[in-house]
Amino acid sequence: MIIDLERFAATERVYWTELEETLDRLERDGGARLELAQAERFYYLYQRACADLSRLATFSAEPELRRHLESLVARAYGELHDPSREPTTNDSVAGWRRPWRWLTHTFPQTFRRHARAFLLAVLVTLAGVGFGSLGLLIDEEAKDVFLPSQFSHLSGRPSDRVRREEAERGGHMRDGKATFSSSLMANNIRVSILTMSLGLTWGVGTVVELFYNGVILGAVGTDYIRDGQGIFLLGWLLPHGSVEIPSILLAGQAGFVLAAALIGWGRRERLRERFRAVAPDLTTLLGGVALLLVWAGLIEAFFSQYHEPVLPYSLKIAFGVLQLAGLAAFLGFSGRTDALRPART
Amino acid sequence: MAVPSEKSRALLFRLPEGVTFALQLAGPVTRFLAWVVDLLATMVALQLIGYFVLPLLVLGEDFATAVRVFLFFAVPIVYGIAFEWLWRGQTPGKRALRLRVVDAGGLRLRFHQVFLRNILRAVDLLPGFYLLGGACCALNRRAQRLGDLAADTVVVRTARPAVPDLAQLMAGKYNSLRAHPALAARLRNRIPPTEASLALQALLRRETLDAQARVHLFATLAARFRIVAAPWPEEFADGALADEQLVRNCVDVLFRARAAAAGG
Repeated sequence: MIIDLERFAATERVYWTELEETLDRLERDGGARLELAQAERFYYLYQRACADLSRLATFSAEPELRRHLESLVARAYGELHDPSREPTTNDSVAGWRRPWRWLTHTFPQTFRRHARAFLLAVLVTLAGVGFGSLGLLIDEEAKDVFLPSQFSHLSGRPSDRVRREEAERGGHMRDGKATFSSSLMANNIRVSILTMSLGLTWGVGTVVELFYNGVILGAVGTDYIRDGQGIFLLGWLLPHGSVEIPSILLAGQAGFVLAAALIGWGRRERLRERFRAVAPDLTTLLGGVALLLVWAGLIEAFFSQYHEPVLPYSLKIAFGVLQLAGLAAFLGFSGRTDALRPART
Repeated sequence: MAVPSEKSRALLFRLPEGVTFALQLAGPVTRFLAWVVDLLATMVALQLIGYFVLPLLVLGEDFATAVRVFLFFAVPIVYGIAFEWLWRGQTPGKRALRLRVVDAGGLRLRFHQVFLRNILRAVDLLPGFYLLGGACCALNRRAQRLGDLAADTVVVRTARPAVPDLAQLMAGKYNSLRAHPALAARLRNRIPPTEASLALQALLRRETLDAQARVHLFATLAARFRIVAAPWPEEFADGALADEQLVRNCVDVLFRARAAAAGG
């Protein structure tokens, strides 16, 4: 038996239209909240649409009308069960202060919550450093193999480079600092995104990226120290490296968090639930990494490239050490006064 | 609870209210076409960046170049994130192909889902042209690429069908079948909903059919209705009513309990 479709549609259309208008309003204004009476009305309209859909499915196979109702019910279901509408601690924070709270609380708390993944990233990088150093000590020509083409300016003798750049007294950086800075930011953020994304290869790609970064660091460091340019190396790398290298490690941390969710050792949740659990943390970590790398790019272009006699190496080294200590303190202690979530390592 | 359908590329939702409905999943080809549209839009945006940056030359060529370099990097990444967040899961390409990103559980999209699925394009793109992402999408029951898996999102088709206009079926004409209640009752009792729906769709879309196909289709439907609702009164013997008119009258009886206003 087929219901009187025209009368059915004519009778119910006014409710469907009201439901659709409410949905359009809620979707247009993502932060809109309904008053109690409005919320009750919305729920009534949703349940009525569900009942109408049941009747259609049972008594008639009219597909167009059924798809229309399915679309309404689907949208209403999403709005009713929207987790972002659940009250949270952040609701007490004014909108304009939320980015600051995210930076000073959410980001460092997220870092500490996945401290083991960060430790793993550090260990893998140190292994790469060791490999790069050992490789160069065994075979000098390994430097040309280890260094990618973008580091071709490091292929010569370190002392030659130091002599040349010190003689220029910053002249080599007279033009193009901002462009250089911008290129550094873009390249480093791109590498960080890839390092994190490769967590989907069960962490293998992330390990390779971190290890290779370590190899480059180890090879360059050994090359400069062996040539007696250790102070220059520290003065050149520390100002920006004290932020850039931890940022790459944070990206590796995010990659390992993603890999751990994919592998799921010792966890009973299904894959979907594991991913849902870590997704906000991955976003936070990568957001923090991007901010740090913007800062590192500015430092590298406008500060790191100036050497003695323009800037004393002691000043640059002190700056880098203080910056590293500050970053460590920030990640280790900021947001600890919050009792939002217990720290989990 | 959402489960992928075994029979078709659809995500079935079973609600606590006892209702089951499906969202049609978009396949890799459609998604690729939407990506091509977005790629073209991004290329246009990158071309326009050069013009937007020109006023910054007053602050120095180096600064203007720096801004252009950074925007060239950021725009392709931010494009997808910004549009999918502001347009509730759609980009211009997805909107053109009538697709939308939704939460795999039927809930509203959260920002970190949008962010993550776009950031992870870096691995979906490998080794080139979304080969890895496309393969994952083709093999996955929910048609998810790797970014969708991690963000727990799916891409669905978003037709927003309108309520069908049944009044235009009869267009004010008299339905002679209504003078025979027994025949009308046989039609209602014997014709299954699927066949009735098929006839309704044929009538609603009749203007889009080519002439020969239209004649053949309504001849088939009319022949079927004649067999199922037999016996027919003599005044409806073969040839008395055109096949399309017969089908239209039958559908009017099946879907509209009240008689048409004119001559009813």
